[in-house]
Parts: sequence; C-alpha cells; structure tokens
Amino acid sequence: MGHIVEIEGVNKIYGTNHVVKDLNLTVEEGEFLTLLGSSGCGKTTTLRMIAGFEEPSSGSIKVEGESIEEKEPYERNVNTVFQSYALFPHKTIFDNIAYGLKMKKVPKDEIKKRVMEMMELVQLEGFEKRYPNQLSGGQKQRVAIARALINRPRVLLLDEPLGALDLKLRKQMQLELKRLQKKLNITFIYVTHDQEEALTMSDRIAIMHEGILDQLGTPTEIYEKPKTKFVATFIGETNIFDGCIAEITDQDITINVENGAVLGKAVGFQNGEYITVSIRPEKMKYASAPVEGFSIEAKVRDYIYVGSIVKCIAVLPNGNELKIERLAGEALPELETTIYPYWNREDAVLIHNQDQVVFQAMENIVLG
Amino acid sequence: MKSAHAKHEWKSNTLPAMVMVGPVTLCMILLVAIPLIYVGVMSFCSIDQYYNVVFKFTTQNHLRLFSTDYLKIYGQSLAIAFLTTLFCILIGYPFSYLIARTKSKRKKLLYMLVIIPFWTNSLIRIYGWRTFLGTNGWLNTALQFLHLTSEPIDFLFKQGTTVLGMVYCLIPFMILPLYTSIEKLDTNLLEASSDLGAKKISTFLEVVLPLTAGGIFSGSIMVFIPCLGYFFVSDILGGGNSDVIGNLIERQFQSGNNWPLGAALSIILILITLLLVKLYQKMGGDMESLGM
Ligand SMILES: Nc1ncnc2c1ncn2[C@@H]1O[C@H](COP(=O)(O)OP(=O)(O)O)[C@@H](O)[C@H]1O
Ligand SMILES: [Mg+2]
Repeated sequence: MGHIVEIEGVNKIYGTNHVVKDLNLTVEEGEFLTLLGSSGCGKTTTLRMIAGFEEPSSGSIKVEGESIEEKEPYERNVNTVFQSYALFPHKTIFDNIAYGLKMKKVPKDEIKKRVMEMMELVQLEGFEKRYPNQLSGGQKQRVAIARALINRPRVLLLDEPLGALDLKLRKQMQLELKRLQKKLNITFIYVTHDQEEALTMSDRIAIMHEGILDQLGTPTEIYEKPKTKFVATFIGETNIFDGCIAEITDQDITINVENGAVLGKAVGFQNGEYITVSIRPEKMKYASAPVEGFSIEAKVRDYIYVGSIVKCIAVLPNGNELKIERLAGEALPELETTIYPYWNREDAVLIHNQDQVVFQAMENIVLG
Repeated sequence: MKSAHAKHEWKSNTLPAMVMVGPVTLCMILLVAIPLIYVGVMSFCSIDQYYNVVFKFTTQNHLRLFSTDYLKIYGQSLAIAFLTTLFCILIGYPFSYLIARTKSKRKKLLYMLVIIPFWTNSLIRIYGWRTFLGTNGWLNTALQFLHLTSEPIDFLFKQGTTVLGMVYCLIPFMILPLYTSIEKLDTNLLEASSDLGAKKISTFLEVVLPLTAGGIFSGSIMVFIPCLGYFFVSDILGGGNSDVIGNLIERQFQSGNNWPLGAALSIILILITLLLVKLYQKMGGDMESLGM
C-alpha cells in the first residue's frame, strides 16, 4: 500500500473567508476515507480541489506521487460522484455511463461491453435506453456511480452521494458502496455530514471543523479517543465536563468541575491545566452514595426508550443534563431520586482544552 | 330543486371565469381576429381606376402573388432572414454565454447593454448606421484620414448592409432566449463532463450545445420572422436589391396604393409565420419562450 493522495499544507481562501486551513492529509491506496464534518466546514471545497475544480490558495496536492496543480480536471486520474448526480439529462443511461469512454475514444464494441458490465455491477440491467428523468433517486445514484467508475479511476471522490435518498435506501446503498469499493479495490474519498454513515463505512475518518482537520483515525479511535471537544461531541453521544486539573498522582488525575470533582486517568497533562472530560453515556455509572474521588450529584428526570436502548436523563445542579445509557431490562435509577454519577477512571477521555486563554481570563470563577 | 342547484353552481363557477377571461377574449377579437378577417376580405377586393377599393370579388391579387418578380423577392427575403439569423447566432451565442456565465457584478451592466437598445426607437438607430456608413460618414472619414483608402467606399445599399441592419435590430431577440437557456445550464454538468475526461470543446459540443439548443431555436424564430417584415431597414440601408416581403406590402399600401394586393401579400407573410411556428412546435420547441 502506498500513498495515493497527499495533501500538504493546503489552504483555500475565498475573499476573506478562510475555508480550508492548513490541511495535511495522506490517503492510502485502496482505503475508504471519509471526510466528516458539519455543513460548511469545507469538505466539498477539499474534494473539489482534489478533482481540480478549485485551485488551492496555497499548498500542494499529489495524486500517485505526482503534483496535479498543472492538470486540468480531464487530465486527472480521479473521478467524482456529485451530490446532485449531475447526469446528462439529454443522454440515455447508456450514453451517460459511456461518456468517459467515448471521450477517451475507446472503440464502440469495447464501450458497449464495458457499459454492460458496469450496468450489471450496479444492478441497472435493462435501463440503458431510459433517460435520467425516468429513474428514481436511487437508480440515478447508481448511474452516477457507474459513470464515474467506468473510467477505472485510481481515486473516486464522492460528495454526499446518498444525501438525497431516504433512510432505508441510504442504509442499503451504504452497504452496496462498501461492497463495490472492496470488490474493485479503488480508493474512495467520501464526504458526508452523517457521523453514523461515516462510522459504518469508513476505514478511516478525517473530521473537519471550521476548515481544520481536527482528527484523523479509524472509527474506533475516533469514537474512543477523541482528541478535541468537537470530535467528542460530534461523534456519538457523550457527557462533557469542563474543568481544571487539581491533582495528579502517577496517572490518576483529579479534576475540579463546576459541580464538584471527578477522576480520570491519562498521561501528558499538567497540574492546573484546563481540560475537558468526556464520558460516553454507556460508560456512565451511578451510586446512591458518593463514591471515592467523585463529588457530583444529579437528579433523575426522564427516561427515553430508543429501541433496545434506554436513556436516562439526570440533571446536575447547574442545569446541565447528564445521559446514562443502558440496554433495556438493565437496572436504572428511579425517577426523581438523587444519584451520584461516577465512572472507571480509564473510561474518561481527557481532552486538552483549546480555550485555555478563555479559562485563564475567568481565573476568578471558583470551580468545585 | 336539483336543477336549481345546478343553475346556481353554473353561475358561481362561470361568472368569475367570464370576468377573468372576458376582457382577454374581447381584446383578442378586437385586435387580432377582426383585423385578420379584414385583411382576408380585403385581399379578395378589387380597385377601380382611381385606386379606390371596391367590393368586387376577384382572385387576381392572389394570382399575382406567384409572379416571378415576387417569387424572387420572397426568396431574397428568406435568404436575408436566414443570413441575419445565422449572424445573430454567431454573435449572440458567445455574448450570451459571456453574460450568463460571468460571476462578477458586471453581469447586470452587460445585460443592460442588450436591453437599453430595446427602449430606443430602432428607426433612429438604423438612421445612425446610415450616417456612420455613408460616403461622407464617419467610417469613410476615418479610413481616409488614416490613408487606408483614397476614395470613399460605398458601403450602403447592398444586401450586406441590410443584413447588418437586421442583425443590429434583431439581435436582442436572439440574446434573450439564449441567455435564459444558458443561465439555466447546471454548472455541475460541465464539471461532470470535464471530470469524465472531456476537453472544453467536447464539453461544449456534447453538453452545452444540446442543452441550449432550445434557446437557439426560439431565438432563431424570434429573429427570422420579424426579419421578413422589417421593411424600414432595407428601405434605409439597402439598395433596390435587398427588398424583403415587408417592402412589398408597404409599397402596396403607400406608393402603389393597391390595398387589396397589399392584403394578399400580408397573407403570404402570415402563412410563412404560421408555418415556421408550427414547425417549431413540431420539433419540440417551447412555446412559452416565444411568449405564447
Ligand atoms: N465558490 C465559493 N465562493 C465563496 N465561498 C465559497 C465558495 N464555495 C464554498 N464557499 C464557502 O466555503 C465554506 C465551505 O463550503 P463547503 O466546502 O461547500 O462546505 P461543506 O461541503 O463542508 O458543507 C462555506 O462557508 C461556503 O460558503
Ligand atoms: Mg458540501
């Protein structure tokens, strides 16, 4: 496996709008990499720079080790699946899929053979004579994918390809796309704002936030070891406590938070540092009396049933909500009782707080 | 009881509809149907020796429409209209493309450049050309001043000048539908084409042109038809050899003073127009972009 796409120090600025900030990202050959982030964080812009529709304001992009700055989109060995499908409305499905080969002046017989193969691959046999407006959303999506794949690109770029489909179809297409990617062994760079989709499909996820690559890692890494507060809150549900380190003994860390003190375990932190503690709802424990090292309390307010999972919502004295998640049937505290939340110190994720300055300005606020 | 109810319903549904459609229908009858019938009837009338229209049925006027002299002029008029349309496409397309695709604020300005001449009398603008192109006109003065020619060149009174004037007068009718169709073009399609390996020229031929053909088509109709009738352009700029059908009609109503013949000639023009519009419709043209 080699590096197929290398993005180095790429910035994109529109007027005064700094959309992509110093992006460094290496994509491995054959992997399924997802760019994940909320709307407007610069995912599409990044993809468009790789495809060649936008030029980076600075930095370099290499595909297969070759710089592509000087190459027009039609010279790049990269193809795109557009969110809006962008099928040619005046061409039949056959001609849409054949387009790339026609441009390469591939002989007619071979075009026919390869288009038919491709249509079989995306399960669209029998649709060749139809026009795009005679297809459903899911079918159009398949045509768009087939049209891009027929060129046998080294890298396929997909910009929220399933965004316009309903939930059920989206789930089905997620699996199909993953299957296709494995079968053809093509590198996919996939853009989505749907964290669940990213977790299901990706080999690695790159989380973008306001133009910055916050974290790059496997779904498990991202879920279990978020590096920023944004990543922790964006991926899955979590409970967040902002606080200040009061004491470090060996790897055990005591943190003062607004409503008391909690414990965590980590290396690389300093006494007095402002940090964020993140605890997944399923790791949250509770007791009816304070547990050694923890001094926060909460009042149980509500239960929410989501299929086989029950969420218990408790309220901290400052009004913040705390979520505890269990499988249905497992024990949970009774409504309106006071509980003392705690956790195994390994389960807490400690995150360096990027807003140090803000906290230092608020030095006088008494924590704990 | 039942019929009374039905009657009531008839009233409540039809009356508002009548109020809405009535004035339109009335206008159509007064402004379109009656004049058309008038022209039709007139074409079957004769004239006495004092050139007065008399209601004496004749098909003489219609037979005269097929005289060789007239046939020649129809052909000439069609040729001028064809050339005018061609030049309007060749000049109008790049221009429309430019204004429709510019991202800058100049877009509005460029668009106004097309619209403003619409508001100025075309007769005055055509006279402007005559002043510009005449033997003592600006162009000749400039050419002689630059010593590019020693003698003034006679630019006027040629078929080419008529075509020039026609293009000048009619090009907004080409640009507007073209602009609309190019504006509607989805940029994603151009990017998709480029992404799939098409060079700019292929993208143009494969995607842009077919998807804006509708605009070219309706623009052509909107240029071609008036071009058959714009007699004042060939009157002012053209010589004797660039008459259009409009000139023939005008002459019968003015100097020729043969109204029935003029009416018969008008019918030719109406028929050509109907034929072209029918053809346009048959070939899948969008009637709405002709303003119908
Ligand atoms: N062509 C452009 N000109 C100016 N601003 C743009 C342009 N394209 C995108 N932007 C801005 O860049 C930001 C990121 O856009 P985009 O990459 O589309 O985000 P995402 O795909 O993550 O939702 C947005 O604020 C958007 O307004
Ligand atoms: Mg986007």
